[in-house]
This record gives sequence, C-alpha cells and structure tokens, in this order.
Amino acid sequence: MEEVVKFLQHPGLTHYLILSGLLFSLGLFAVLTRRNAIMVLMGVELILNAANINFVAFSRYVSTSIDGHVVAIFVIILAAAEAAIMLAIVLNIYQNFNTVNVDDINQLKD
Amino acid sequence: MSQETLFTLALVVWLVPLLDFAVLIFFHKRLPRSGDWFGTSILFGALILSFVILFTKLNVYHDQTLQTSVTWVDFGSVPGLGPLQINLGIMIDNIAAIMLVVVCIVSSLVHLFSIGYMKDDVRYGRYYAYLGLFSFSMLGIVLTNNLLLMYVSWELVGLSSYLLIGHWFEKKSASDASKKAFIVTRIGDVGMFIGILILFQTFHTFTFDTIFEAMKAGQIPFGSEAWLTAAGLLIFCGAVGKSAQFPLHVWLPDAMEGPTPVSALIHAATMVAAGVYLVTRTFAMMTADALIVIACIGAITAFISATIAIAQNDIKKVLAYSTVSQLGYMIMGLGVGAYSAGFFHLTTHAMFKAGLFLGSGSVIYAMHNALHHANDHSTDAQDIRNMGGLRTKMPVTFWTFLMYTLAISGVPLTSGFLSKDEILAGTLAFGNLHGGWHWLIPVTGFFVAGLTAFYMFRLVILTFLGEHKDPHRFESVHESPWVMTVPLVVLAVLSFFAFYSFNPIGASSGWFYHAVTRPESVVPAAAAAVNTELFTEALHHAHSLAMLLSLTVAGIGILIAFTTYYWKKINADAVAAAPVAKVLYRFFLNKWYFDEFYQFTVVRGTDIIANAYRGFDNVIIDGIVNGVAKWTVGITHGVKHTWEEGIAGSIFYLIIFALLSLFIGWQVTFGLLGGNGGTLALIECGVLGLGSAALSFFLFYVGVGGFDNKIIDGMVNLVAYLGGFFGLLARKLQTGKVQTYLAFALFGVMVFFLWFR
Repeated sequence: MEEVVKFLQHPGLTHYLILSGLLFSLGLFAVLTRRNAIMVLMGVELILNAANINFVAFSRYVSTSIDGHVVAIFVIILAAAEAAIMLAIVLNIYQNFNTVNVDDINQLKD
Repeated sequence: MSQETLFTLALVVWLVPLLDFAVLIFFHKRLPRSGDWFGTSILFGALILSFVILFTKLNVYHDQTLQTSVTWVDFGSVPGLGPLQINLGIMIDNIAAIMLVVVCIVSSLVHLFSIGYMKDDVRYGRYYAYLGLFSFSMLGIVLTNNLLLMYVSWELVGLSSYLLIGHWFEKKSASDASKKAFIVTRIGDVGMFIGILILFQTFHTFTFDTIFEAMKAGQIPFGSEAWLTAAGLLIFCGAVGKSAQFPLHVWLPDAMEGPTPVSALIHAATMVAAGVYLVTRTFAMMTADALIVIACIGAITAFISATIAIAQNDIKKVLAYSTVSQLGYMIMGLGVGAYSAGFFHLTTHAMFKAGLFLGSGSVIYAMHNALHHANDHSTDAQDIRNMGGLRTKMPVTFWTFLMYTLAISGVPLTSGFLSKDEILAGTLAFGNLHGGWHWLIPVTGFFVAGLTAFYMFRLVILTFLGEHKDPHRFESVHESPWVMTVPLVVLAVLSFFAFYSFNPIGASSGWFYHAVTRPESVVPAAAAAVNTELFTEALHHAHSLAMLLSLTVAGIGILIAFTTYYWKKINADAVAAAPVAKVLYRFFLNKWYFDEFYQFTVVRGTDIIANAYRGFDNVIIDGIVNGVAKWTVGITHGVKHTWEEGIAGSIFYLIIFALLSLFIGWQVTFGLLGGNGGTLALIECGVLGLGSAALSFFLFYVGVGGFDNKIIDGMVNLVAYLGGFFGLLARKLQTGKVQTYLAFALFGVMVFFLWFR
C-alpha cells in the first residue's frame, strides 16, 4: 500500500506511459467497434495523441533534447491536415452512400 | 578597357545569338510577331558591342593578339606522351575583330530585311531562330583560337546553312539543294578533319598559337615538309568545301533555293567567306607548295564560275556564280601571298555582295508581288529576261544595286576597286617573282575582272534599264518597304572607299592595311613562300600597272555589256548562235556540265558500291542470320517436328545431336573422372552414358520445345495453381469491413512485436 502511495506521489515516465497506453487502448477500441465513421476518426485522433504523449514523455525523461516536442508539434499539424481530409472523405461517402455507417460501405469486397 | 572586359564583351556577342536561337525555337509561337523583333534587336545589340570591340582593339591593343583559354578536358598524364590537355578559348586579333563587325553588320541587316521579305511566311518564327543559330556558329568560327572549336562551329554553320536552304522543304528542289550543300561541304570537311588530326598528332594541341610556336621552333609533322604541305592542303580542303572552290563549288548555286536574305547572309557574305577566313588563320603554316596549289585552285574557280555567270538568266544564279568567282579571287589572293588583300576583299565583298543579294531579293519580292497581282503563276519571278525598266519603279533598289555593281566591277572610288586592285597587284607581283607558267594566274585574274564587269552590268541593264517586258505587269511593280530598303542603303554606303582608306587609289595607306598585316611564316625556311619584304617590294612595283590594267579590263567589260544589252549594237542571241560560240555558250549555260559529270562518276559510283553492299547484306549476312534462326527453330521443335519438314535437315540434326551426346559422354567420363576410378567409375560411366543417351533420345524425339512444354511450363503452371489456391483461401478473410481489416492489422502488429521482442 505504501509503495502504491509513493508511486502515485512521485509522477515519472511510467505514469505518462500508462496514461498514453490507456488513451491508445481507448482510441483503438473506438476505431474497432464504432459504426459511425466520425467516431472512428475520433478514435484515430486519440491514438495520435497517445503517441504524442509518448514523444513528449520520452523527450522529457530520457533524452535532454527537444526533438520529441518538435515531432509532437509536427504530429499535431499532420493530425489537423488528416482530419480535414478524412472529414472531406466522410462527406463524400455520405453523398455517395447516404450513410456514414462503415459496415454498409463494403463495396471493395468484390 | 581592360582585356577581361573585352573578352566578356566578345563572349556576350558570341553567345547572345545562341540565346536568341533557344528562345525563338521554343517560344516563337508564343511571342508577338513570332519574335522577329527579338532576334533583330539582339543582333543589333551584338553589332554595337562588336563595334566597341573593334574600336578598342584597334585603338588600345593594336598590335597585340588577345586570347584566353579554359581547359576543356584534362587527360592528366598520358602514357608515352606526358600531360595532355585540350584547351578551348577565344582570340581577338585584328582580323577577328574586323570579321566580328562584318558578320554582325550583315547578320543584323539581313534580320531587318527579312521582316519585309519573309512576311507571312509559313515558318517565319523558325526562320528567325535559325538565323540566330547561324549567327552564333559563325561568330564561333570568328572568335575561336583553336582548330577544334573552329571545326565544331564549322559544322554548325553547315547545319544552319542546311536548315535555311531547306527552309521551303516542301519544294523538292529546295530539299535536294539543302542535302547537296550539306554533303558536298562535308567532303571538304573530312579533309579538314584529317588535317586537324595530323596537326594534333604532332603538336598535341589544337590552339593556333601553340602550333605555330612549335613549328617556328622547328617541329613539323613527322619531321617532313611534305607532311606539312599535306596538313596545310587538307585544312584548305575544308575551305574548298565551305567556300565553294573548284571542284566542290557545285553546291553554292543550288543553295540559292533558300530564301534570298539567307543567300545574302550565308551564301554570299559570311559562311562562304569562312573558308577564306580559315586560310588567313592558318596562313602562317602554309608552305610555298601549298600556297601555289591554293592560288591555282582560286584562279581556276574564279575563271570557271565567271564564265558560267555570263550565260545564266536567273538573277540569283548570276550572283551565286559571281560569289564563287569572287571567293576564288580571295583564295587566289591569299595563295599568291597577298594576305592583306585577300582578307580585305573578303570584307569589302561581304558588304557589296550581301547588298547585291538583298537588292535582288528586293527585285524578286517586287516581281513576285506584281506577278501575284496579275494572277500569273507561270512566269519565273527570278528570270532577268522577264524584267527590265525597273529603275523608275524601284529607284532606291536601283541606285544601291548600281553602287554594288560598280564596287564588284572594280570602278574607282568604291571599296571593291581598292581590294580587287590589291589582289591583282599581288598576282602580278607573284608572276614577277616566280616567272614561267605562274604568269597564268595574273592573266586569269585580269580576265576574270573583265568578265565580272561584263556580267554584272549585263545583269543591271537587263534588270533595271530598257523597257519592261510586260507593261501590264509593270504597272503593279512597287518599291519595297523601308525595312528592306534601309539595309540596302546602309550596305551601299559601306561600299564606298572612304570607310577603308582615305586614299581612293591605294588601300595600303588606310587603317585596314595597318591592322591586317601578313603574319610571318613559321614553316622551315626552305619550304616557305617568298618572304614579306620581298613580296611587298614586288607588290609596290606592280601596283600602278595593276591599277591601269584592272581599270582597262573593267572598262572594256562594262563597254561590251552596254553595247550588247543597252545600245544593242551587238546581238547577243546571234553571237550565242555563231558556230564556235554556240558550243561555248551551251557549255557555260550548262555550268561546264559539272553536275552531270558528278552524277555520272561520283553518284553512279556510290550507287554501284551501295548495290554491291546490299547484295552482300542480302545474301551473306541475312543468310547467316536466317540460318541461325532455322537452326534454333529445329532444335527447339525437335527432330519429330523437323522430320515432317524435311528429311535432309532431320538427318543433319540427328548427326549433330549424336555427336554432341558422344562428346559430352566422353568429356564427362574421361575428362572429369580421369578414367581410373575402378568399378565406381565404370558404374558412373554407365549411368552417365545412359543418361546422356536418354537425354539425346528425348531431344531427338520431342526437342527442347518438348522439355519446355512439359517440365518448365509444368512448374510455372504449378506455381500459378498454388497461388490461385491460396488466393481463394485468403479471399475468405476479405469481408469488406474496414474494422475487420484494422483488427487483422492489429493482430499482425502484435505478432511482429512478439517475434522481434
């Protein structure tokens, strides 16, 4: 019990990694189970942010440089661009299929 | 102005026409007016710069030869030779500076003239692009300080000449003429190339000065004066081709198929003068023997083409033969040792001959428009028999044309008088110094001078004086627009004596003669021509006599022309029909039958050789190739197939295969195993023998084709079948649902994690 309290009182690299792991799992869950394409996209965003946390955490605790920060900012920018494009795709899908349910969009099968 | 600035200017003058070409060839369709203003203004800019170069050269560096080089290729240390570098560079001496101005003047005026003459042409933009390419190449010849760059530019002018002669390539005669020009000049160029290689073999450099210095120090090709003469003459071959000297002069008259401004620029003033320029450049290395050959070639050319010119009726053909004749004059002048006179005549001739061609262009333009107006498509717009009386309708063209004619005929107060006189004085001095048959050269020179005056005035009288043949057509003849007359006036002004020497009867006191002095010969003294002092001395004595004689013959020529064609005291047709004259007339009219002679010997000979080669190719080479193919087909299909084709071939293949398997068996058993392995070897022998027998039987029966069909194809088909099978299995995984795929991907990633942990 004491160890647990001590662990919680002194946040370090592990905490951030656990947080990022949780975030990643949640994102993955969303991506794999949601039917709505928009929700899937949100899952992707969560995954990206989990990766960002990893970058920043490793940059802070392992290396002394700010490379990780830079990459994180880069990822954020990419995520913004990716979101714009994905939303445009979803919009097109909606116009073509009249739905955003990813299960109904399985025409690549044949 | 520093030397570096001068070099920079020269480079700019040289390279801007290339820029002009590049821009126009790619963008002429996008530019307003097809970019003619662009090319013209670039050339006028280059003209201004070249004037700057000339004035600087003459005022600041009068007696210096400025040159600069870059190392183009560095071979490092070549075994058995030592360090070897190829340097390319530019040289500005007095003749280069003068030539630069000459080329730029003519080129820019021709650009201007073409705006009028080539109006509404189908390939207007491309025409201007080619003019730019030509200017660039020609300036390259002028500026280079080495034989290699000279040769490159030499071929480039040949190319642009080809492109421009064939400008109206839809016309069969034009495309033929362009090919003829290119091929005939190439013949000379091959000689020039061999000459360059002889020099390079000896001196390991292409640079003029380095070669000359080494020669002066006593080094000559293969240590023999004969080789030196040969090298000189082979380089002169290039000049024979490009400057249309006998026996390669046949291309120049045909080149008149090109647009007339092109004739003025390339085939009158600059490119054909490049040969003369080459001889002036290499003058120092010419031996006495080589110079005599050069003088004779020049005299023969001058004579032949002058005789042809008197019988021609096409205005451009007359001028073309006149050009050949005058080029012969220059070459003759150089050959006899009158170096300055030869180059002087090149300069003055460039001005008035370009003018003559542009003038004829103006006449043709007017005639063409008049004929077009009269809806007459059968009359030849270039035939002087259809002209006459144009003086009143085209005053500017007439007066300028008359000025050029006076100049080319050698009438006093013109530039042509000065230069021609010097050449003739040179030939007289040459005759005096050598005596004997060498007197033929001055005699030819004077005779040709008379002929020149005659046929040029015949041209003027038939074209501009008298009555026009068709009054109705005459009504619609008009003077050409200003873009065409301005160049005519400029060139006519430049045909006055005062631009070259203030003394109207002696060029030797003018700036030109001070600037262009004969270089000292660098060949061994025994092989050298008469030295400059002796020659100048003889020239001085011959001068008055030459002037008197040349005036006389020119006067006689002009007089005969007027009595025959203006006052009509002599009936030209009657003379041409007289017994002996008739033969001569036909001979001259048909250009001494040179074309027919070449057709019969060279062209026919080439055809015969080509046919022989074609036979060899069809029978022997194709036989071998087809035989190999038959063999291959036989082997792949096997004997069974071949058996059905023919019994003889099959037996052949059978024997071949039997021998092959025997050979393999023998090699394997005795060669590899050594034949002493005891029982084991015997067994192996048996197995191998059986194996090879089975293989050969297989090959006999089904052939390699069977092997391919059964076994190779079988393997390939198996692989394909397996692929298909697994593909069908994998297809089950394909649900079409994105999230399933993602789950698979996740699974894969996890597997990899575990694997590479």
